[in-house]
Amino acid sequence: MTISIDSKDSNTNSLQPKGWLRYFSFSLDHKVIGIQYLVCGFLFYLIGGTLASAIRIELASPMSDFMPRDVYNQVLTLHGTIMIFLWIVPVVNGAFGNYLIPFYVGARDMAFPRLNAVAFWLIPPSGLMLVASYFVEGAAQAGWTAYPPLSITTPQSGQLIWIMSVLLLGGSSIFGGINFIATIIKLRRPGLKLMQLPMYCWAMLGTSLLVVLSTPVLAGTLILLSFDIVAHTGFFNPVLGGNVVVYQHLFWFYSHPAVYIMVLPAFGLVSEILPVHSRKPLFGYTTMVFSIMGIVVLGLVVWAHHMFTSGTPPWMRLFFTIATAFIAVPTGIKFFNWVATLWGGKISINSAMLFSCGFIINFVFGGITGVALAQVPFDIHVHDTYFVVAHFHYIVYGGTVFIIFSSIYHWFPKVTGKLMSEKLGILHFAITFIGFNLCFAPQHWLGLNGMPRRVAEYDPQFQFVNQISSIGALLMAISTIPFLINIFLSIKNGNDSGDNPWNALTPEWLTSSPPPVENWVGEAPLVEEPYGYGKPKS
Amino acid sequence: MLNKSFYLILIISAVFGISFWIGFNVNLLPVEASINAPIYDELFKILFIIGLIIFIGMTIAVIYSLFKFRKRKDQYGDGIALEGNLSLEIVWTIIPSIIVLIIGLYSYNIYDRMGGMKELNHSHEMMTSNTEKIWAGISQASNNEVANNNLSVEVSAMQFAFLFNYPKGEFISGELHVPVDHKVSMKMESKDVIHAFWVPEFRIKQDIIPGQPTILNFTPTKVGKYPIICAELCGPYHGGMRALIIVEEESDYKDWFNKNTKTEVSL
Repeated sequence: MTISIDSKDSNTNSLQPKGWLRYFSFSLDHKVIGIQYLVCGFLFYLIGGTLASAIRIELASPMSDFMPRDVYNQVLTLHGTIMIFLWIVPVVNGAFGNYLIPFYVGARDMAFPRLNAVAFWLIPPSGLMLVASYFVEGAAQAGWTAYPPLSITTPQSGQLIWIMSVLLLGGSSIFGGINFIATIIKLRRPGLKLMQLPMYCWAMLGTSLLVVLSTPVLAGTLILLSFDIVAHTGFFNPVLGGNVVVYQHLFWFYSHPAVYIMVLPAFGLVSEILPVHSRKPLFGYTTMVFSIMGIVVLGLVVWAHHMFTSGTPPWMRLFFTIATAFIAVPTGIKFFNWVATLWGGKISINSAMLFSCGFIINFVFGGITGVALAQVPFDIHVHDTYFVVAHFHYIVYGGTVFIIFSSIYHWFPKVTGKLMSEKLGILHFAITFIGFNLCFAPQHWLGLNGMPRRVAEYDPQFQFVNQISSIGALLMAISTIPFLINIFLSIKNGNDSGDNPWNALTPEWLTSSPPPVENWVGEAPLVEEPYGYGKPKS
Repeated sequence: MLNKSFYLILIISAVFGISFWIGFNVNLLPVEASINAPIYDELFKILFIIGLIIFIGMTIAVIYSLFKFRKRKDQYGDGIALEGNLSLEIVWTIIPSIIVLIIGLYSYNIYDRMGGMKELNHSHEMMTSNTEKIWAGISQASNNEVANNNLSVEVSAMQFAFLFNYPKGEFISGELHVPVDHKVSMKMESKDVIHAFWVPEFRIKQDIIPGQPTILNFTPTKVGKYPIICAELCGPYHGGMRALIIVEEESDYKDWFNKNTKTEVSL
């Protein structure tokens, strides 16, 4: 069955444009689609980052003086929505998933190439629509959580476009999830067992299960919300007898698993990068697999910890506290295993390695504040404050975005056949790491001492710490410059990397770099030990 | 070998020592001004110390590995082919499970001491009809609670202000005046969108929800003026939605109350 699909695709592929034009086409090649996801996501990252800079400029002074207050709310709404739905989710899932998963399972493409292309091509229009909504009547301004009744009472066109856009992006995510599950389960090369798959496959399997189980709930919720706005139904409108807390339950039923949709693939990617650059097998493969699945199961039953101040019965608060805190156990196992992977290795200190180690340090910090936030009495004070803002940026930026950069440094030779400049890469890491910590570490203190999130103005006693944070944000903005220079210089003049510059054993490196359209010239190799470093080659 | 474990013990005790020192000497929280606050700060201190131990320990482990196991110029080949260590993995499954469980039970105890696990008693007879379902925030029982000595206040929140209705005095105030060391019981309702009532110095917060009254009780312990902050995004002027809570001596509070009251009911 595999072969028949493959041969059909290869015919289609031969009709596709060649060279750089194929990246603007409805290409069915998983490698092209992966790069489309990555570059498209990065462009939206630049937009989201510009919005973040605008927020930090506004917050450099206690008064609301940089932009009008309603524009500020639009900016923070778009910043959150773009960073989550157009940068992190598409890149850690769509970009790396599409590029790597077919290699890892030994297939020549994804299970459903056309669905794959559709999933990608839903993203640019919905992203542009979201950004363009600013020019209609103002973009959505109820935050990325869009809690009613605020989302029902703010200007409607912006909110409706936001809903449409998130629905399309959710659809794209579901298409991708189905494709990954089918590819990992059904398209494995004969002889390749599940427990021989590289860890990123397990991470994507777990993530895709979460996508398929929880994203439809978000879609349903947002459709009901749009009915409330357009048709004046009363699902969530208290004036018409609706219940606003029900929306929060439904929203977080997706949006908490969304956190794992953003971090589990990063866990998978770092599990690929660390063994290669420390020349050691991944420590504790089996426990890693079980902890991913543990996180998937627990991740589905913790959503109400976002609602500890909404008014929930005491027993519910207790249950969600314990369930949330227990996610720290499988997550902790993974971090101990990664440190054990480093231990006793022969570590190359390069950009990919540094970003991965930065990820471990940042994520441990964010994980610790996460366990604290899971405790109801702790959360009641800091809920909806800058403490929470700091916490989730440690998870999604310090965690996932660090891994995105690490992965770009790691797989750039695979995609282009060129090496990136290590000097610029290490400079990029240094500025990002310092800027990130300078920006977000002080925000914990702000939250504890009384600065709520999503405000354009604040108590003047917080000005100094906010300015430190803004300087950190400035450094983060600057850090993209050496990165972009590095990318362009390396594509143009980079040294040839050879097929396997890292001497890696995972299957994607066992072909030429860049790979041929069909991934392998002959048959796909059977890789039984993707992490067999230090072992005599059989 | 003995030497190695000596250094390990030295490093571990240093990590513990530093974490405890920071935990006890660095104060990251504002003034404690309610019965809740010292209980909260106790929990914070414990979580802070445990967090520091784990964070400093992991950071040292990562940085040490990068230095100790970095590839030297003359080195080729791979590291040791160590694929796992079941007993070690069991250890770092069980120890975190125990820590998490203890933290969970301890925070349950803290929450109980804050009054979070208590069923609400219906001392709010003037505001509650039996059919109305009320959702509770923290319903804290004060230590020096005297029956009928509770101050009841009705809070209405709207874009972008808080209004405090004193039913016994039949007047509405824009500032919340409360006597020190008296339990205050608030029934809160929103006129438009979701707001939240937060006093950082009291370590309490409760959303104010349209169509669903919520209750929040607290007992201030320190005379002073503290900010009441809206913590839930409620529109363009959300950042400006603040009010003052003025905690004063009972006599001062009575003077203020009598000046404002329209009826002759005394407290």
